[in-house]
Formats: sequence, structure tokens, C-alpha cells
Amino acid sequence: MEQFEIKRIIPLELFGWDISFTNASLFMVLAVVLIPLFYLFAMNRRALVPGRLQSIAELSYEFIANMIKDLVGEKGMKYFPWVFTIFMFVLALNLLGMLPYSFTVTSHIIVTFALAAMVWIGVTAIGFANHGPKFLKLFVPSGVPFWLLPVIVIIEVISYLIRPISHSVRLFANMMAGHAMFKVFAGFVVGMGLLGGWAPLVFLVGFTGFEIVVAFLQAFIFTVLTCIYLNDAVNMHEH
Amino acid sequence: MIAAVSALVVAAAAAAHGEGSSGLPQLNPANFAPQLFWLAVSFVILYLILSRSTLPRIGEVLEERRDRVQRDLDAAERFKGETDSALAAYEKALADARQKASSMAKDVRDRLAADTEAERNRVESELAAEISEAEARIAATKSKALASVDDIAAETATAVVGKLLGEDVSPAEVKNALQ
Repeated sequence: MEQFEIKRIIPLELFGWDISFTNASLFMVLAVVLIPLFYLFAMNRRALVPGRLQSIAELSYEFIANMIKDLVGEKGMKYFPWVFTIFMFVLALNLLGMLPYSFTVTSHIIVTFALAAMVWIGVTAIGFANHGPKFLKLFVPSGVPFWLLPVIVIIEVISYLIRPISHSVRLFANMMAGHAMFKVFAGFVVGMGLLGGWAPLVFLVGFTGFEIVVAFLQAFIFTVLTCIYLNDAVNMHEH
Repeated sequence: MIAAVSALVVAAAAAAHGEGSSGLPQLNPANFAPQLFWLAVSFVILYLILSRSTLPRIGEVLEERRDRVQRDLDAAERFKGETDSALAAYEKALADARQKASSMAKDVRDRLAADTEAERNRVESELAAEISEAEARIAATKSKALASVDDIAAETATAVVGKLLGEDVSPAEVKNALQ
């Protein structure tokens, strides 16, 4: 799995920790540079009637804004820049990974897990900040017979603790599986030679389109789940 | 789920084939620290840029457009109101003028009718006076004529009797005879 290999471009160390600038770091920095650059370029004219690029920029803004309004409500708009950053960062990393010879940062579990953990910790902190100790009621659903409560509470706590794992593995597995599939079928193209190699090649062309859709979809799903968790913390739904 | 399963299958296959030095690079703990460090750095920088500069800019443009559309709608509403009031004023003026014209026409008609009536009354009274005068004259003539009828009759009778008898008869006798 050579394509997932981490290569240290500039070896660095900080207080005994390895913080080398790797190929993964390169693509993260690339995303951090490209995203603001795109918006700077797209919103440059600040036209009243938007052109194509400005439309895309405004569409992405309203897409995330509406997602938060629908899933969390007006109170969730406080966290709009945070959710927007998560969406754009994951989307950019997914799409950059689609370029040939590039590196897919989101195909590394440690990255997606760190993002999911940030969401989980952030949402839990927001929940306690908004509701105080009452936030623990999230684990005690109303309308459950009292003799069932111990079981239900344990299940609720486990499902809450498991969130960052399911949240991160979904993105990681999708990105990694897609890129591994590329590798496997590209191997078939070479292996089956000039005569038989055309079939997997045609498949690869279609699969590339599919993977671009997946890149968008997984960024979308990661963000939607963030909003759903945020909704628990902001509104403490009654279930 | 399918993706997760296939990822595991691929991972297992990679491990079985002994590709790479120690299985999947994703599971090599030596790679964790640099990944986490650069993830934290780049995410925080991206968050700061987006939340401080990019998003407020887009928000401003969207807000500006919303305001502009609202302003234009308000202006259109105002113009419509002005048009409506102008139309109402025009219709009112038209109705007033029509009413004034009809009242003027009525006045003229009434005055003319009154003039005609007075003229007619005057002519009628004049005529009546003339008629009564004529009637009086006729009556006088008639009574005068009636008064002279007896004399004429007597004269005529005298003449007739004189012719018939061949002698003169006194008018007095004839008168007596006639009475």
C-alpha cells in the first residue's frame, strides 16, 4: 500500500516529539492555502449578481448555513465557522486525494479520528456549557419504565462513547477502500495486458467519477453527523 | 458498512501479502505524532482564516444582496402606492368635472325653461287681454246692431207696405203693427 505511506520531507522534532513535515502535512497545508485562496478569488468582485465562481462560494456558504439551521436551529449558527471549516477541510483533503500521485490525508485513521474526537469533545463541552449537569439527562430517556433504566442508561452511554469511533471510521474506511480499489484495478489493467486490460480500465474511469462523488458525500456525511451531535448538545432533544 | 468491510478485506490482503514493511502505514504509531501536530496546526489556521476573513466577507455580500432586494421591493411598493393615489385623484377630478358639467347644464336648462315660461306667460296674458278687448268690442257692436235692427225692420216694413198698398204708411203704425 505504497500510496498510504507517510514520507518525511523535512524531519523535525519538538520537545522530543516527532513533528516532521511529511507528505500528509504537505497536503494539509495545501488545503489550508487553497481553500481561502479559492474564496478570495471567487468573492473578489463582490458582485451583486454573482458569476459562476462566486455562485459556488455563496452556495457552499448557504449549504452549510442551511444544514445547521435545519438540524440544530438558529442557536446553532454560533458554531457555523467551526462546522464550515470541518466541511471544507475534509472536502478539500478528499478531493486533493483524487489527484494522481497525490496523498489522501483522510485515508489515515489517526487524522479522521482526531477530527471526530475534536467534534466529540467540542460537542460535549458545548453541552455542559449550555445545560450544566442537566446535560447528563441525555443518557436518561423520558418515558422508560424505571426497571429498564439501568440497561438503557448503559446503552446510551456506550452509544455516546462510541460516536467518535463510528464517526471517524466511516470517513477513513470509505477513503481508504476507494483508493485501495484504484490500486487493485490499476494492477489488473497492467496485469491483463493490452488485450484484457481494457475492461478494468473502463471500470476505473467510471469508478473515478464514483470516487469523486464519494469524496463529496463523505465530507457531507461527516458534517451532517457533526450537526446531529451538535443538536444534542444545543437542544437536548427529548427522546 | 460495505466500505468498512472492504477496507478491512483490503487491509487483511495487504497484511497477508506482506506488502510494506509492517502492514498498513495507517496503523504505524510512529506516524501518529507528526500527523496530529500538522492536523492541529492546519485546522486551527484554516479556522482562523475562514472565521475571521472569508465567512464574514461572504456573509456581507449575501446580506448586501438581501438588503438591496428588500430596498427595491419597498421602492416598488411605494411607487405602486403613489400610482394608486394618482389614479384615485384623477378619477376623483374626472367625477368632479363630470358633476360640475352636469350641474351647469342643469342650471342653463332651468334658466332657459324659466325664461321660456315667463315669455309664454307674458304672451298669453297679452293675448288674453286682446281677446277680452275684442270680445268686448264684438259685444258692443252686436248690441248696437241689435238695437238698430228694429228701426231697419220698421223702415223695411214701411217701404214694403208702402209698395204693396200703394199708399204711405206712417212708421209709427208699422212699428205698432210689428210689435
